[in-house]
Amino acid sequence: MKRFLTAMIFFALLVGVWQWACWRGFWSPVLVPSPARVAEYLWEAALSGDLGRAVLVTLKRLLAGYFIGIFVGLPVGLLIARFRFLRDTIGMLALGLQGLPSVCWVPLALLWFGQTESAMLFVVVMGTVWSVVLAAETGVRNVNPIYVRAARTMGSRWMHIWIRVILPASLPFIVSGMKQGWAFAWRSLMAAEIFVTILTGAGLGYMLHLGRELLAMEQVIGIMFMLVLIGLLADKLMFSPWEKWLHHRWGTDRAT
Amino acid sequence: MTTTAPFAPAPSKLAIDRVSKSFTTSRGSVLALQEASLTVAEGEFVCLLGPSGCGKSTLLNLVAGLELPDTGSVTADGKIVREPGRERMMMFQESALFPWLDVLGNVLFPLKLKSGLSAKERNDTAHYYLKLVGLEKFMDANIHELSGGMKQRVALARALAPNPRVLLMDEPFAALDAMTREQLYGDLQRIWTQRHVTILFVTHNVREAVSLGDRVVLFSPHPGRIREEFRIELPRPRDINSVEVAAHATRITRALKGHLQEGATAE
Repeated sequence: MKRFLTAMIFFALLVGVWQWACWRGFWSPVLVPSPARVAEYLWEAALSGDLGRAVLVTLKRLLAGYFIGIFVGLPVGLLIARFRFLRDTIGMLALGLQGLPSVCWVPLALLWFGQTESAMLFVVVMGTVWSVVLAAETGVRNVNPIYVRAARTMGSRWMHIWIRVILPASLPFIVSGMKQGWAFAWRSLMAAEIFVTILTGAGLGYMLHLGRELLAMEQVIGIMFMLVLIGLLADKLMFSPWEKWLHHRWGTDRAT
Repeated sequence: MTTTAPFAPAPSKLAIDRVSKSFTTSRGSVLALQEASLTVAEGEFVCLLGPSGCGKSTLLNLVAGLELPDTGSVTADGKIVREPGRERMMMFQESALFPWLDVLGNVLFPLKLKSGLSAKERNDTAHYYLKLVGLEKFMDANIHELSGGMKQRVALARALAPNPRVLLMDEPFAALDAMTREQLYGDLQRIWTQRHVTILFVTHNVREAVSLGDRVVLFSPHPGRIREEFRIELPRPRDINSVEVAAHATRITRALKGHLQEGATAE
């Protein structure tokens, strides 16, 4: 609670300084709108329903693509760790494509799927899947072999070993890979939404793009604010509980 | 000197018959174990003693079924060992406890793999063994919160819980400090008297072997071979600091040095 309060005071101060600078008229309000102006825009957009719709469209794309990425990436990563042949082939491909910003897929995605949800989904999946594949592979290859030996003497076999021993033992790696996958998916989706107009729905990226077209910087900053908010919420809701549990169980939080 | 004295003809639980095993390393093939033969009676506590590279851990892995012999055979209760099984549980130098489970979860792990147990029976069994090793208060603890000695106690409870007929211990106390180790010698002897199970205990510590084993089997390295056996007929519980243990230990150490020198001149 105290830490939350500290964070709140910090942000309040930040906004205060910004508002004060705007009052003093350091910059033209066209270049830097005041926080009050941004809040006004957000309030209006929320009331009209535009903002809510955009958030929904974006989140739907992001979550769908992200979870497809995980459901494909996790088993592929495990298989790669298990079979050397797959490691030398698909593993190499994953390593290469992970380094490719997934927004590079946008031209192809548009050509293949048109200006549709599928194109967006494809870009998000491409952003997620390779990180998850590589994290799962690294995780499995870092499992202490003694765990598997111990499990075998206790009567654990094939599938049981994979699900009950190797998978949980590689969780620390897998969770950090999922986090990285999320970050990549989020960035690539924003780039794609700003970059192209998707006919099947206007996401947050499109709203930001529109703000630029209209020279409405309060809209641009307002949408940026929403993006930051969603990023923070995702971290706190999706990853923090996992990481806390991992630190608690593994005892990795005692270093600091 | 060799004391393969007649022993009460209890049914033989383990029979290792002329077993050889080699490993391929980057420097070529290494004969880890050469023509080793050993019989272990039901409920016997046998210590496998020798310097590193003498094949004692290899022998343990073969009995566990984690590895298979090149030649010869390992039989448990008359059946050839082809894979690991719950009737032969293993304890390692590192506790090998699973960090993603709490203490109770670790002890439950082998029980969940055993068919025909209800959830309540599993829980009761786990509780019983945690109590036996004196850790019932730490059921909900995380593994990293335990000391080295406590970890090995949990590992012991986990190994005993599925009711194995053989307990294979690979230098389980080697990484602990002397005080904790002595406590665990006491615990292990007490538990073994209560709950008779055949134990194969690998160690390179002569006094440890003498204070725990009914029999001490001496190995020598390059290639790994069984050289001699010593029967230790001392009343239990034994104290590792007692004169009797020291006397046996001196005798065995002398024999060990003899074999090592012999090996060195032969090479």
